[in-house]
Amino acid sequence: MIHSLFLINHTGDIFLEKHWKSVIGRSVCDYFFEAREKAVEPENVPPVLQTPHHYLISIYRGKLFFLSVIQTEVPPLFVIEFLHRVADTIQDYFGECSEGVIKDNVVTVYELLEEMLDNGFPLATESNVLKEMIRPPTILRSVVNTLTGASNVGDTLPTGQLSNVPWRRVGVKYTNNEAYFDVIEEIDAILDKSGTTVFAEIQGVIEACVRLTGMPDLTLSFMNPRLLDDVSFHPCVRFKRWESERVLSFIPPDGNFTLMNYHVSSQNLVAIPVYVKQSISFFETGPCGRLDITIGPKQTMGKTVEGLMVTIHMPKAVLSANLTATQGTYTYDLATKVLVWDIGKLNPQKLPNLKGSLTTQAGTPKPEDNPSLNIDLKIQQLAISGLKVSRLDMYGEKYKPFKGVKYLTKAGKFQIYIYMFIFLENLMSYLLFEWLQCVLKHSI
Amino acid sequence: MTTMQKLLQLPVNAVNIVKTVQSQVQGQEEDKSPVLTPDSGQHSWYSALQPDELRHLRSGGSGGGGGGGSGDHEERAPQEEGGGGGSFQTQPLRHDDLKEMLDSNKDSLKLEAMKRIVAMIARGKNASDLFPAVVKNVACKNIEVKKLVYVYLVRYAEEQQDLALLSISTFQRGLKDPNQLIRASALRVLSSIRVTIIVPIMMLAIKEAASDMSPYVRKTAAHAIPKLYSLDPEQKDQLIEVIEKLLADKTTLVAGSVVMAFEEVCPERIDLIHKNYRKLCNLLIDVEEWGQVVIINMLTRYARTQFLNPNMNESLLEEGSGGDRTFYGSDEDEDEDEEEKEKKAETPAMAKRKPYVMDPDHRLLLRNTKPLLQSRNAAVVMAVAQLYFHLAPKAEVGVIAKALVRLLRSHSEVQYVVLQNVATMTIKRRGMFEPYLKSFYIRSTDPTQIKVLKLEVLTNLANETNISTILREFQTYIKSMDKDFVAATIQAIGRCATNIGEVRDTCLNGLVQLLSNRDELVVAESVVVIKKLLQMQPEKHSDIIKHMAKLTDNIQVPMARASILWLIGEYCEHVPKIAPDVLRKMAKSFTNEEDIVKLQIINLAAKLYLTNSKQTKLLTQYVLNLAKYDQNYDIRDRARFIRQLIVPTEKSGALSKYAKKLFLALKPAPVLESPFKDRDHFQLGSLSHLLNAKAGGYQELPDWPEAAPDPSVRNVEVPEWTKCSSREKRKEKKVEKPFYSDSEGESGPTESADSESDSASGSESGSGSEESASRSESEESEDGSESEEEEEEEEEEKEKKKKKKELKKPVQESESEQSSEEEERKHQRKTKQRKSDSESESDEDEESESESSQSESEESESEAEVKKKKKAAESKPPSKPVKKESKKEKKEMSLLDLDDFEPAPSPQVTPVNTFLSNSLVTDLEGLSLSDTVLSPATIAPSSALKNYELLHRITGEGLSVEYCFSRQPFSPDANMVAVQMQFTNNATADTKNLHIEDVKLQSGMRVKEFSEIELLPAGETATAVMGIDFCDSTQAANFQLCTHTRKFFVSIQPPVGELMRPVFLTENEFKKEQEKLLHNLGQLMGMNEITEKLTLDMKCRNEHTIVQRVTTAANLSRVPCGSDKECRFAGRTVSSSSLVLVTVATKEEGAAQLTVNCEKMVIGTMLVKDILLALTQ
Repeated sequence: MIHSLFLINHTGDIFLEKHWKSVIGRSVCDYFFEAREKAVEPENVPPVLQTPHHYLISIYRGKLFFLSVIQTEVPPLFVIEFLHRVADTIQDYFGECSEGVIKDNVVTVYELLEEMLDNGFPLATESNVLKEMIRPPTILRSVVNTLTGASNVGDTLPTGQLSNVPWRRVGVKYTNNEAYFDVIEEIDAILDKSGTTVFAEIQGVIEACVRLTGMPDLTLSFMNPRLLDDVSFHPCVRFKRWESERVLSFIPPDGNFTLMNYHVSSQNLVAIPVYVKQSISFFETGPCGRLDITIGPKQTMGKTVEGLMVTIHMPKAVLSANLTATQGTYTYDLATKVLVWDIGKLNPQKLPNLKGSLTTQAGTPKPEDNPSLNIDLKIQQLAISGLKVSRLDMYGEKYKPFKGVKYLTKAGKFQIYIYMFIFLENLMSYLLFEWLQCVLKHSI
Repeated sequence: MTTMQKLLQLPVNAVNIVKTVQSQVQGQEEDKSPVLTPDSGQHSWYSALQPDELRHLRSGGSGGGGGGGSGDHEERAPQEEGGGGGSFQTQPLRHDDLKEMLDSNKDSLKLEAMKRIVAMIARGKNASDLFPAVVKNVACKNIEVKKLVYVYLVRYAEEQQDLALLSISTFQRGLKDPNQLIRASALRVLSSIRVTIIVPIMMLAIKEAASDMSPYVRKTAAHAIPKLYSLDPEQKDQLIEVIEKLLADKTTLVAGSVVMAFEEVCPERIDLIHKNYRKLCNLLIDVEEWGQVVIINMLTRYARTQFLNPNMNESLLEEGSGGDRTFYGSDEDEDEDEEEKEKKAETPAMAKRKPYVMDPDHRLLLRNTKPLLQSRNAAVVMAVAQLYFHLAPKAEVGVIAKALVRLLRSHSEVQYVVLQNVATMTIKRRGMFEPYLKSFYIRSTDPTQIKVLKLEVLTNLANETNISTILREFQTYIKSMDKDFVAATIQAIGRCATNIGEVRDTCLNGLVQLLSNRDELVVAESVVVIKKLLQMQPEKHSDIIKHMAKLTDNIQVPMARASILWLIGEYCEHVPKIAPDVLRKMAKSFTNEEDIVKLQIINLAAKLYLTNSKQTKLLTQYVLNLAKYDQNYDIRDRARFIRQLIVPTEKSGALSKYAKKLFLALKPAPVLESPFKDRDHFQLGSLSHLLNAKAGGYQELPDWPEAAPDPSVRNVEVPEWTKCSSREKRKEKKVEKPFYSDSEGESGPTESADSESDSASGSESGSGSEESASRSESEESEDGSESEEEEEEEEEEKEKKKKKKELKKPVQESESEQSSEEEERKHQRKTKQRKSDSESESDEDEESESESSQSESEESESEAEVKKKKKAAESKPPSKPVKKESKKEKKEMSLLDLDDFEPAPSPQVTPVNTFLSNSLVTDLEGLSLSDTVLSPATIAPSSALKNYELLHRITGEGLSVEYCFSRQPFSPDANMVAVQMQFTNNATADTKNLHIEDVKLQSGMRVKEFSEIELLPAGETATAVMGIDFCDSTQAANFQLCTHTRKFFVSIQPPVGELMRPVFLTENEFKKEQEKLLHNLGQLMGMNEITEKLTLDMKCRNEHTIVQRVTTAANLSRVPCGSDKECRFAGRTVSSSSLVLVTVATKEEGAAQLTVNCEKMVIGTMLVKDILLALTQ
């Protein structure tokens, strides 16, 4: 299955390699580098590449490429999913998945990789099992380790793999027993210029942080489970129970995990929390354009919109922007042509506005491409779909845990189309002009 | 001592051996050391370093980027100072240093050294020369050192085979450790060392581990199989044996790994799967996610060889209706025609075949994989999706769409793969994804490759109904900044235009507008697409051709210019005026044009010359002359060739006559088709499908077989499997199983949560406890218990029949004869079971045991409950078993009843169930008699229930209602008489909301209405039970029966015999009670007894008939009595529980005397009348 793994940073340097079968030379990566060069953006590198003797399957996470070498037929998603699991595990262990962190913990990462695959076939991918075998570093432990020469390797072999609850380690003990659930919803929407919804949907995820002693059996039920249209679960959730009673019944893994992902049925109208009034125009004469954006609250369910941020990908021709914002700050990256306006909290009384002029390259024609406007926002204590957790029950253990549920709404892929009116008018006049020219020429 | 430390322990002698060998090796090593013998030594480490060195050079050459990274390492490794060149010098020294550290006694030093070595390996640096120093630490006691040594061993053992052998004994020792984890870990490392010499050792170890007690070790053995196979393919036969053995393993832990081994070693041995097929299907849901992927993919292949195509009949029908086909271009049609032909050829064969019935095993696979669509693992979801796509009947494939759309919200790499597969699916099954059209809308932030794939899917999904929305989306895409994407969009518009005739003109107009775009790429792409579109119907679009002709002035992209010129040339007769003008301009700029444009100019000239030689003769010659001296030989050639063809000379050959035909022949329109067409011959989700090329090791997805192979090969030798009915049932049950089978052994707490669902069956068969055994075992036992259950049911069936017969037997039969020993045992067992089942009842039990008669009756009651529980699955029985307790008891019992059956208090039942329950009651009474002192003939014959009409069909406008007194206790209120009503809707329209309103009653009377019947469809019959407390009077209960449209006034008047319920009394008790009634009431003596003389009907002279007639007339029970001249009956009125005693004393020649004793004189008088009537008629 998976033969080798190479970790490559954004400059094309291989900084970690691991082989599960016989060693494959680094030169195999050259095919990848070639493809990487061809694709302008790192996201555009094809995830699956074919070379004369191998297949390369890669993912791009945290500015790193995880490149795996395959020799025979294997479902590509199998490999991709596994690579993401590797990245998740690294993130879980060290807090982030970046080159620096991996280099600092190269031995631990290497040991992890050794445990995760056996002869290219996934062996232990559950975070709880891995943590029993190789302990994640903490500040205290690293200090102790350097003094005493103790190790990060667990001194017992994990029992999780043997049980039929492989995601939970045994003998968990806490003095404070607590279970927190974060219901996080993202609005994916495409709005057209007039603010009409072209497409909108809500994705949700329930992130759990469970620190409970022993083997608790939890049941989480919702007030309105009918809202949920499509769901996917952590393996711990009993699917049959969900099918029949619409409750989540599970023995949780220890620590942080994603309990479920869901999609809110499309029958429900999606509340769009903000509206945007915008006009971006470029004058026919003179190297400048104008930009005017106002954002106001629309359907916020009485909550405040926070962390509001507008990102606009400007046409390539826009050289600089001279703008004034009534609230927040804006930056314009000249290289990537991205205008970011960080607004912060939305005040319904005084709507934030960004206004000013844009400078275009002199002598170039007016930009033709549509800038796109992406919005980022957060609403605390609100699940925009209206989903509510009604109760959480615990069975199997005697103590009384502390329970908490938090709701959060975020903008996911929230995009607004912008049409440039002036441009369209220009197009018309341009067409007319051309037509006339032709007619004239022809008549002559 | 921890388990791990045990593993580290070597036998003393083994350690010594290692050490001695080690020292020898080291001695040799020292000889070779570069310091001592520079010549040879240098050579060895230099060659070892070579790849590393090359890397340094490369990274240095490629720029500063690499340097920074490696510099970072250098800082962290203090020994490694200086840049790349420096390390080249210092490395041997540093290695010496590491060796020293490894040789030291301190674990911390060893650990530090090992960490550095592993870091070197991780960075791809060569550390092979440290092998001897490292390998002896395999016996180190420190766990982390040991683990790191393993890591090192696995990496370098292949290169240093001889030295690696030194470590083998450690692992061999570990293989025999009592701790399963140590055995497993030893096997894992042993099998990972790729040293050919130890193949026999590995083989032996694997064989042993395959029959290990611990499933974890067996799993490791399964993992080791492909390792050994890749090391030495010669071992295949032996390995297949091991695989076969492990395939039969019943634990989920092993299943995934062994199937993976199967796929790598012997995927062609599909016969090994037969016996394990059902087990794999059933275990699937509990296998870890990676194993699930492998198993599902393998089972897809298996199913393709073993089952019939579920769509073979449907496809014909669908093809005929052909709604889908019109949207596809001609290309698709051709393709489908071919398919159709093939199918038609098949048809005669198929017609002979029986109608398709899905193999239950095929169904099992589909059913057991479906829940996995909810997995968090994208690979699992994809695997299930491809399984459904390849195996499911068309109607069921749709379920995968939602799950696949969900994956589109995952990482972009996942999206990439999923979209590729969706694109292939949309060609074959478009309807499946149509509801999710909007999920494929493109965002500006998507990577280009995703955008292009989404575009592909959108194009495949386009049809007449949604094309306008899709085109509107496309219009926004065209304005995107991503030019590659814009080009792809234009092509997509072109494809939509060719496939959907209705929008062809719109698309063309849109594309023509794009010709004015400032971006050349956009314009060029548009021209190319327009060219293709115009070819389809050129005559309609001469204005567009004209417009494009004008564009030649502005468009500079060669391909676009060439396309325009070709168009003008091809359709020059549509633009007779412009064409020569264009040629004029082109001739002017000929020398500056690109080659492809020049070629098209020559073509244009030639075509014009042939159609319009008057205007263009000179121009053509001019162009041809220019071309004659062109630098490109292609163009020179073309010019020569064309000149010979078109310009008539004296030497011109026969061909020139046909010049016009050659140049102006009708050209077929190009076909715009999806690149994903026909990709589905690869198994979806596979690497080969993604690359559209066969990858190494790809197993072809076989075609469906013509006739299904023998399904019995999947039968397992366990008898339960072969028993068809039980298998069916078993599967039914499997579906009910929770997602994660919590009945598995080790998970204590989960059990409680889920095993409840099984309790219904458990209580009956007593197999409930077995459920908690480990899953694999419980499977077997379940089978067992179920067949047992079945048997039991059969037995009961027999028993019932027996009882019925017995009931008809004369009364005199003694109890001992009736209750055979077997039955007695059975009964006792049941009673016991009941007690254990429902602890809540135990209180009542104790109470009732004080009075023998009551306890008996309760026994029968509990019997009924046991039975009811059994029947609960079918439906709730309409009525409760007969009650014969005192008032107090009764109340308690009814409470109990309520508790038990409250969840469904509605007395609505279907007639079938009524019948069932009636016979049930009979049986129960029979049962209760088998071990009581009572005579059996006290039962009211339930078959003799008389029906009364409540509402005639004509007055009820189609609704007719009949009622009868069911003689069963009315469970919500024991003081009420149960009236069973049967509604028949004879009308053509449905009747809704049947209920009771406006009840008019005499004081004291009460009515418990039946719950509303919401819908009574035309022609249907429904039954309901209502309770009426008549207050021991025969006054009618009046009420309105309402439907959604009408109200009917109706009344129910009870015959006096229905106002009572039977009571069991012994003869002595009967006499006592009679005495009481006669004497204790003192002054009113005589008032409570009514005597009547009568002559019995001729047919009614035997005792049996008398009993029957009396019990039909009144709801009483027979009192056993010694004399055959007297028949006694006892009962109580329903409302006030007054005793009613009836005696029929027969004399010679039909003469008889009827005596009725009752406190209620009215009841008594009326009862006498009724019984007289019954006996004399």
